[in-house]
Amino acid sequence: MSGLFFLEQALNGLQFGLMLFLLAAGLTLVFGVMDMINLAHGSLYMVGAFVAAWLAPLTGSFWLAVGGSVLITAVFGMLLEASVLRTLYARDHLSQVLATFALILILNDGVKMVFGNDLPLSAPPALAGPVEIVPGLPYPSYRLLILGVGLALALLLYLLVARTRLGALVRAGAANRPMAEAMGVNIRALFTGVFGIGAGLCAVAGALLGPLLAVQVGMGENILILAFVVIVIGGIGSIRGALVGALLVGFVDTLGRTLLQQGLREFLAPQWASAAGPALSSMMVYVLMAAVLAFKPQGLFPARG
Amino acid sequence: MTPPLLAVRGLVKRFGGVVATDHVDLDVRGGEVHALIGPNGAGKTTLVAQLAGQLRSDAGQVAFEGTDITRLSAHRRARRGLVRSFQITRLFRSFTVREQLALAAMAVDGANLDPWRRASDVRAAQARADELLDALGLAGQAGLAIDALSHGERRALEVGLALASRPRLVLLDEPMAGLGPEESQRMEALIGRLRREASLLLIEHDVQAVFRLADRVSVLVNGAIVASDTPQAVRHDARVIDAYLGGAA
Amino acid sequence: MVEARPRLHAALAGAALLGALVLPAVLAAFGAEYYLSLAGRVLVYAIAATSLNLVLGYGGLVSFGHAAFFGLGAYVTGITIAEGQLSPLVHLALVLAVTGATALAIGAVALRTRGVYFIMITLAFAQMLFYLANSIKGYGGDEGLNLRARTALPFGLSLKDETTFYFVALAVLVALLVAMARFVPSRFGRAVVAMRDDVDRAEALGLATFRLQLVLFVAAGMLGGIAGLLHANQQGYVSPGLLHWTQSGTLMVMVILGGVGRLWGGVLGAAALLLLQEVVGAYTTHWEFVVGIVLLAVVLFARRGLAGLFDRGAAR
Repeated sequence: MSGLFFLEQALNGLQFGLMLFLLAAGLTLVFGVMDMINLAHGSLYMVGAFVAAWLAPLTGSFWLAVGGSVLITAVFGMLLEASVLRTLYARDHLSQVLATFALILILNDGVKMVFGNDLPLSAPPALAGPVEIVPGLPYPSYRLLILGVGLALALLLYLLVARTRLGALVRAGAANRPMAEAMGVNIRALFTGVFGIGAGLCAVAGALLGPLLAVQVGMGENILILAFVVIVIGGIGSIRGALVGALLVGFVDTLGRTLLQQGLREFLAPQWASAAGPALSSMMVYVLMAAVLAFKPQGLFPARG
Repeated sequence: MTPPLLAVRGLVKRFGGVVATDHVDLDVRGGEVHALIGPNGAGKTTLVAQLAGQLRSDAGQVAFEGTDITRLSAHRRARRGLVRSFQITRLFRSFTVREQLALAAMAVDGANLDPWRRASDVRAAQARADELLDALGLAGQAGLAIDALSHGERRALEVGLALASRPRLVLLDEPMAGLGPEESQRMEALIGRLRREASLLLIEHDVQAVFRLADRVSVLVNGAIVASDTPQAVRHDARVIDAYLGGAA
Repeated sequence: MVEARPRLHAALAGAALLGALVLPAVLAAFGAEYYLSLAGRVLVYAIAATSLNLVLGYGGLVSFGHAAFFGLGAYVTGITIAEGQLSPLVHLALVLAVTGATALAIGAVALRTRGVYFIMITLAFAQMLFYLANSIKGYGGDEGLNLRARTALPFGLSLKDETTFYFVALAVLVALLVAMARFVPSRFGRAVVAMRDDVDRAEALGLATFRLQLVLFVAAGMLGGIAGLLHANQQGYVSPGLLHWTQSGTLMVMVILGGVGRLWGGVLGAAALLLLQEVVGAYTTHWEFVVGIVLLAVVLFARRGLAGLFDRGAAR
């Protein structure tokens, strides 16, 4: 097993982790600030991917498609929030689970009705080829782009949350909502805005990962669970936690799949390795979560004291 | 001399950089009403939480009836006869007044894993519930759900739940919190009757009531005990007046 | 407990039982035997949902991994059948042992956590088992396992026969409901509800909350496993999807829909959801959409679930 191979997997892990972060950031804010379990968050990711895939041939440009998808999904998210989700803030978690589960069904089928079961989405042709970032390691330039966008957005979010007034309001809301309300913060607008930003981030992730993971109905369910694991590891309500958690999960998941397979082959007969490998590697992320919770029951960076 | 019912030695609790409980020593003797007073933020509720077993201390010992209970969980302490009531009322919304008192009476007997026997058939617990309903003045509300009770009635029930299992020491955390003058008087009278059943560690803000009820008073300021003596002595203690009573006593 | 209108409930229960007993005959009379398999599915999911209701509704523990027990029960049954062992006693013993042990392990860890962390841990464990099921190549892997035989029954009866299966499942459901009716007002049942209302207060009063909740969790897991055993027998097929979190979600939806913490919650919820899927599915392929809308409407407008529709302003 070579160092180059390891580097390639590490980059893949970083890239996946950054995309997970985009999902987790919105999710952790919604959960942290509004105390709402939103199972439909993965559906927004799916909507973002589909809208981008729909816009790409229409506009003839991948980037216009992504940008358009972000706008449309963000607006869609805000409409959803203002109409249905807002009524759920005051309800118990179980009602939220039921309602957002219902939304998954509605959106899955809704997308199918509007767009069909799946849509093709390809990376922009300019980025089709590999780049030799290190001698001997050709790495797909599209993935490098995802890395770049992911890092840029992470930085942007950090600045937004840590340095702007909006960010301060959001952090206050996550830390102590009744207090924030008492201090006159326009909670309604804040929530709608937070939700819109979360939806936009989902769209970016969906659109960017579309060419790699395939745009199809139901793509949100699997990644949603990972996003929840991320925010539990990172600490609910914390953007920093979401980033650290997402990177951890991204690495463990990606490296786990490949390295574990390799490692197992050293020790076990091939048929056991190929049987145990996928099972164990999928479990790794959950083992990671259990391990983190064992030491830090509130996650790595809990927003609430 | 018999050992104290509750003996607290060197109890410490820190939250980050804040020392909420600062090497507290405290004794509660059998049969006494021992009051714990102090300004807001002094750490009274934190101390009670540690004594009751809900919060783990960073250092120190707690002994109850001569046995070290420092590492015991809340439910084991309750089974040994040390129960607390809460400053913010915590009642069971799914049960009527009577049912909760019976439940509380049964909680300590260790036979709760019984999926067959009807709770309402446990005579001893039902009898105890009736007894408490009378003592608390809630006989007329026995069959009501808790949201039909007035605040004063809820506070009385709150105390009643703690008493149901016939504990030997009850930690009463601000039983008069939020009560109007008439209700406070009734609660004071109730506490006065309680002392016949159990020893009490009474945390209260109402200093007048405390001085009327207590045999001894300990004063907690910034997490540390600054005085522990008879009400008379404490009332005139310079440190206490300085730190707490000011001119308001 | 403040239970509203017990006589009405008893009457309704009696009517429901009577209806259930004559259903196969009625369906046969109308030539609608097809619906017998639907009824059988409703019974199986009613058992699964009721077992979840025990932990979720009465216990207040939002377990998002209950499908794991349902799926485990199905897989244990399937694997045992595949290995040629058809004895019902063996099946039952294995299902109870495996789901019980798993629930004990999961519960021992998860019950030390609260709130969303509890939800996530139960979810995580279930997902781990899902991936495990997905990867056991010897028993179908991600394609699932077809069962050639069924759990053997005495007197020459066969679970492959829809009517026989229906009555077996009905018997199990009735037994479960009777046991629960006895459980709810029992000492354990009251303790469980007290812990749901305020677990810290319950502990402060002297209840051994961890132990009590663990027993409840294990019992619910085992009952879920029995539902899985029945499911495997009815479908003749087990697949990893039975353990997926969306399956846990579906079970939760049934419980919430039917009425959390109500005796009939699991039954009503399972019946409502499955019937809704069936009815809507007959008209359109987009039944998911319609079902989703209906569920949303229920959450927004019928807060206490379907079982709550039979209350009239009683204190809960």
